[in-house]
Amino acid sequence: MYEIVAFYLFSALTIGLFLITVLSKNVLYAMTSLAAGMVLISGFFFILGADFLGVVQLIVYVGAIMALYSFAMMFFDATRDIKEKNTNNTLVFLLGGLSALVLVLMFAAPIYSDTIVALYPMTEGVGNAQDVGMVLFTKYLIPFEVAAVMLLVAMIAGIILAGKKMDESLTEDMSADDEIMIVKDDK
Amino acid sequence: MGETVVDLLPEVTWVGVLIKAVLILAIISALAGFGTFIERKVLAFMQRRLGPMHVGPYGLLQIAADGIKLFTKEDIIPQNANKFIFKIAPVITAATAFIALSAVPVFPDFTIPEFIPVLGGVFVPSIASDLNIGILFVLGMMAAGLYGPLLAGMSQANKWGIIGAARTAVQFLSYEVVTGLSILAPIMLVGSLSFVDFNNYQHDEGVWMMFYQPVAFVLFLIAGFAETNRTPFDLLEHEAEVVSGYATEYSGMRWGMFFIGEYANMITISVIASIVFMGGYNPETMLFGFSIGWLLIMLKIAFFFFLMLWVRASWPHIRPDQLMWLCWKVLMPLALINILITALVVMV
Repeated sequence: MYEIVAFYLFSALTIGLFLITVLSKNVLYAMTSLAAGMVLISGFFFILGADFLGVVQLIVYVGAIMALYSFAMMFFDATRDIKEKNTNNTLVFLLGGLSALVLVLMFAAPIYSDTIVALYPMTEGVGNAQDVGMVLFTKYLIPFEVAAVMLLVAMIAGIILAGKKMDESLTEDMSADDEIMIVKDDK
Repeated sequence: MGETVVDLLPEVTWVGVLIKAVLILAIISALAGFGTFIERKVLAFMQRRLGPMHVGPYGLLQIAADGIKLFTKEDIIPQNANKFIFKIAPVITAATAFIALSAVPVFPDFTIPEFIPVLGGVFVPSIASDLNIGILFVLGMMAAGLYGPLLAGMSQANKWGIIGAARTAVQFLSYEVVTGLSILAPIMLVGSLSFVDFNNYQHDEGVWMMFYQPVAFVLFLIAGFAETNRTPFDLLEHEAEVVSGYATEYSGMRWGMFFIGEYANMITISVIASIVFMGGYNPETMLFGFSIGWLLIMLKIAFFFFLMLWVRASWPHIRPDQLMWLCWKVLMPLALINILITALVVMV
């Protein structure tokens, strides 16, 4: 009973919040509703009894969206609405419609399949975190390691990209001044 | 329906949870107010001053005066601010701080003594909700609390606020890794994420975790200071640099909520440190035939609270780039090495 009430509550709230994310022209509203929606999704994990995944969802997305915020802070004035540059309405409609269709098909497909069974049911007597660990380090070890290597590659690339000229001062760098001057001239 | 209120109380009946939630709210809010007084007094004594002395005996009623001031101050919302976000930002800070407290045990489970009317003889588990992933939940909730300063800074159309918000993001991304990694080593030893298991583990071993994991203890404390914006890392609202940072445009109770949240977080960090690293509550610690586990953990929590004030009086605060340098280049490698060694020891 409580589960059903909670499920519908969380569903309605999540869909509503993500709608705001998509439809709002204010970057602050969009980001905030995105963060709140991600936090509410963890509620579904809690309803399903997957406490560990729920908390992981919470921690990961709180951090990830915090990083997105910092980008928003750099590029937009958070208190104003953003004028979107929309050159081709048909293209937007087609691409949006197609991706929505693909998503619906992807998630609706299992309904028509009879072969869906839980491959790795919960092991009796161990906690949530241990259960995730068991599957992750036996069946899914290779994808796990590949993901780790990918993250390492991304991290090294990030350090190399950001690390250029790190020992030089930005304010004393004349080339930076030149770039600023060029932009001014254009205006 | 022959049940009385008393029958509903034990374990996780909704009445029990409700009572505990109200108790947490009331007690921690009051303690947060009292904390400001203690902070001013302790800082004053460390700087050879007297601190607040005029209102009431020994300045004790200063809390009431401050409370009246906070509640009656005009509530100002800047004209160009994003009003909705501006209004909910303080609530996020305060609410997440209290939600985090719902999963930490402060006392051992106890039975209300028989001589108390109505409630006598009821068994009370002290924790409001004993999640089996308690530590992660508390840390995640405290992390979510930083959305308060972030949104506050971004919504108020004030340059100091934006700087405060940017510093919030920087601080969050820096310390979060250290908090997680430092507490991972004790988790590996205990093999559980539940606070109660931590308490019992130290009870069984007879040794505080801080002697097994001194590095993790120090790292966690440092990250905890960053998490609660305490002084060596109070970049978000350092008056001398960014006026008041994210709180520049706030007044009255909205400003007050940020501070209730901050002090509640200080208490939470103190509780986590006491339970995970300093033995927590041990119901079988006896003194003159009385169980004094509850008293000891109060003393431990008070000590950590005092430590935060002590550090504030002793050290100047550091620059944002120094914080990043410290977290990423010093503390994170140390935490990783600590985990590696712990893993080897656990494995062998």
